Amino acid sequence: MIGIGRRGLLGGTTALLAAPAILHAQPAGAVKIGVVAVQTGPQAALGNQLKEGFALGLKHLDGKLGGLTAETVLIDDELKPDVAVTKVRAALERDKVDFIVGVVFSNILQAIMRPVTESGTFLISTNAGPSTFAGRGCNPFFFTTSYNNDQVHSVMGQAAQDNGYRRVFVMVPNYQAGRDAVAGFKSKFRGEVVDEVYVPLTQLDFSAELAKIAAARPDAIFTFMPGGLGVNLVRQYRQAGLAGIPFLSTFTVDEATLPAQGDAALGFYSAASWAPNMDNPQNTRFVNDYVAAHNAVPATYAAQAYDAAMLLDSAIRRVNGNLAGKDALRAAIRAADFRSVRGPFAFGVNHYPVQDFWLLKVGRRADGKLETQTDRKVFTNAVDPWAAECRMR
Amino acid sequence: MTTQLLLVQALNGLQLGILLFLVAAGLTLVFGVMDFINLAHGVQYMLGAYLGASLAAATGSFWWGLVLALPAALAAGLVLEVLVFRHLYARDHLAQVLATFGVILFLNEGVKVLWGAAPLQVAVPPLLEGGIEIMPGLQYPLYRVAVLAAGVVTAGGLWWLVERTRAGMLVRAGATNAAMVSALGVDINRLFTLVFAFGAMLAGFAGVLAGPIFSVEPGMGDNVLILAFVVIVIGGIGSIRGAFVAALLVGLIDILGKSLMPDLMRLFLDASAARQAGAALASMLVYVAMAAILAFRPAGLFPVRAG
Amino acid sequence: MLREAWLPLVVLVALGVAPLLGFGGSYETTLMARAMILGMAAVSLSFLVGGAGLVSLGHAASVGVGAYAVAILDAHGVTEATLVLPAAIGAAALFSLLTGAIAIRTSGVHFIMITLAFGQMAFFTASSLAAYGGDDGYTLYSRTELLGTRLLENRLAFHYICLGLLAASWGGCAMLLASRFGRVLRAARENPQRVEAVGLAPYPFRLLGYMLAGAMGGLAGVLLANATEFVSPATLSWQRSGELLFMVILGGAGRLWGAILGALAFVLLETWLAQQMLHWKLVFGPLLVLAVIFLRGGLSGLVARHHG
Repeated sequence: MIGIGRRGLLGGTTALLAAPAILHAQPAGAVKIGVVAVQTGPQAALGNQLKEGFALGLKHLDGKLGGLTAETVLIDDELKPDVAVTKVRAALERDKVDFIVGVVFSNILQAIMRPVTESGTFLISTNAGPSTFAGRGCNPFFFTTSYNNDQVHSVMGQAAQDNGYRRVFVMVPNYQAGRDAVAGFKSKFRGEVVDEVYVPLTQLDFSAELAKIAAARPDAIFTFMPGGLGVNLVRQYRQAGLAGIPFLSTFTVDEATLPAQGDAALGFYSAASWAPNMDNPQNTRFVNDYVAAHNAVPATYAAQAYDAAMLLDSAIRRVNGNLAGKDALRAAIRAADFRSVRGPFAFGVNHYPVQDFWLLKVGRRADGKLETQTDRKVFTNAVDPWAAECRMR
Repeated sequence: MTTQLLLVQALNGLQLGILLFLVAAGLTLVFGVMDFINLAHGVQYMLGAYLGASLAAATGSFWWGLVLALPAALAAGLVLEVLVFRHLYARDHLAQVLATFGVILFLNEGVKVLWGAAPLQVAVPPLLEGGIEIMPGLQYPLYRVAVLAAGVVTAGGLWWLVERTRAGMLVRAGATNAAMVSALGVDINRLFTLVFAFGAMLAGFAGVLAGPIFSVEPGMGDNVLILAFVVIVIGGIGSIRGAFVAALLVGLIDILGKSLMPDLMRLFLDASAARQAGAALASMLVYVAMAAILAFRPAGLFPVRAG
Repeated sequence: MLREAWLPLVVLVALGVAPLLGFGGSYETTLMARAMILGMAAVSLSFLVGGAGLVSLGHAASVGVGAYAVAILDAHGVTEATLVLPAAIGAAALFSLLTGAIAIRTSGVHFIMITLAFGQMAFFTASSLAAYGGDDGYTLYSRTELLGTRLLENRLAFHYICLGLLAASWGGCAMLLASRFGRVLRAARENPQRVEAVGLAPYPFRLLGYMLAGAMGGLAGVLLANATEFVSPATLSWQRSGELLFMVILGGAGRLWGAILGALAFVLLETWLAQQMLHWKLVFGPLLVLAVIFLRGGLSGLVARHHG
């Protein structure tokens, strides 16, 4: 456990350093990518997954995107919107990057949206997918390889409905994404929400809330507790002996947090459009090589960033390396002519993916590591609920 | 809300309070005796948690991790004292704040380089697994009961040390008038170093205990630090008794606020607005309490120094 | 005092000509604007710390109130500077007046903690403003307009507006400190008993000083919101208050212009180090410690010693 981070960091540095070395030998026919990944603070683990996923994609493409030699510039947003804006401007103007890829958190995405897209640069989000940019705020220079956050929460609402739960206890952090999670869940769940509890983002101890859950005796709980919040909640939930109440969650138990949650998370549910155990050749290669390089299972943050590398490769190939023709390049990205690790993948009118969504359950791999595993498919070819409001055609 | 649930919540509040006390005790001693603002006290808590986690992983036993982490935390405190803090005792509070903030930046980044950015896992020791059913459907984890007990015992030991031993007498005297103690021929610098290292060990102890409950991650000390400062300011700087009372008070206010506020707000607002407004109010309740207490008792509940 | 002030004047002039010397790109101007705006907030904090002896760990809250005034008015369609500025500055002044009325009753470390407490309350309030983005923050889709023109959108114009206001806040604070009002403030810091002995209660003077500093923080907040075109609760976090305090101390709390140096040094060093290495805080942290131990009186003290 302790060695993972160090090895992960070293692996990433070498992968990132490898690209510019090739570039110097061959300056013509190059493409420069700014990778926005948080490297500071407790959420750096998520940023690392993103960075490593994209680096592995490049490695599988021999350091080239659509025939052009790829160079990456790592941008640590420090989870501070104003810092992110300054650094992204630096990447656009000083480093002259051709694409901005990455972004874990939606508040960072919202902050850099204008500077990037107004400069005529394509922004490919590999994780943050706020509904702000899915509907009326959709943007011709913005694509995402993840999902609209609302969809993931609604998967859990549907799953709770399908399982026949009648009384569900809901607990989320008290911020916009938390409130969106509740709305997303409720959009499909028709039963009774026994109580909605909002906790501060800096919460460490869930004992007060756990006592409330025990008193309410719900059929299941639904929660959205990203990062360190989820580590605390999952372990305290298990310690309180509540594990008999089904634990439905989004962004709470994933491969980034499972090493810290350990066996406490076994059997807990999550939702996503991808899982490490998905059986297709590109996913098997991705997961095996990621595990070999980092001794850790990749999470969605890594998978979606890997897909972004493949997407860019296909788009640049389609335009024969001509990055100046923005309309042709947009059409090429829009075509999404690549093999996604999640299987079928296409973009909707609003440049958000049209894809399948799965109910996932935490289980054990053959090598003993924990991962989320597909339980059953909940939505097939799901279209973003906001897509109809997007006037981009 | 039933009486039973209220009692459980009170127990939760006490347990949070005890953990805060362990961190705040060292902070208030260092602050009171040396008039030294140590923002780096939070990272010493974090360091304790990391040392405990990695030593437990290396020895395969939580208990060995605990036993070995205490001297390691003490040693880390001594190293910091000699390298950095010793040069700051004679400086003003502002200089201390800036320098100790530098230490925070360094150590937060340092643990990330050494242990990685992902949170570490610390298993509950087998002896303390399981729980006691204190209300239907809810197990109160045995480990938390043990933390509560350990905290109470430590508090008692501290009280004995400060009130009943010669070293404690010097510490109390130092908190009231350091110059006088020095004039009486006591090596004040050695006393400072001792108090400092002891405070660092207490914070480290709290960190090891917190390991199995909270996630061990870079920056985990920052939130605790702010709460610990709130505790010592409410309690009166330099007062162990004040820190104890204030820590329990802060723990209770925080936990009870979180469970009662949303229900209370429902008297004025509709359900969904009440839940959100109640949650926002609950998270600032501790600060409201501190502002209110300071407004009426500017030196805290148990002021040590007159004026 | 004036003889020492050559360096900040050089710095201000350098900032003035920088865009003409090839540093006029959007990246450079963004960086400089950030340094100048934080410098403005730091000068107003330095006025409090060095002048009135009030060490506030909640100064970011008044900056945040100013920034949120821009966002909230923007959400309701008001983007005219002649309306936004007075509203933002007034809101920040009012916030400082109300919280200061309680905080100034305490002193020393208790004052630090009570300002922290009010800062945290403002932070949690901003996080719960769901209509204005809550914790995610609020994106401004256009900058504040000046008399109907979109002058602030112009990179160079914005640069010189920031520079002018930075110089004005420095000059304004220096004049305030030199005035009779400022003399009472400084005297109350050194020896409150003596001030009371001559029949003056320090409380109203301190409160007025606290309110003025808050108003200036609000002005910096308006500019910050326009510079990043984004407002979020992070603007009000206690870490940001801490950073402002560090700029003041790094520059030297005894001299107002030290805050300008401190802010510039802080922003540039942070940016430069972050470009050099991933784990830049491993270097930045010890640098802070060394600066405190060996650089007494801050950067401005270093300059002043050579010319004292």
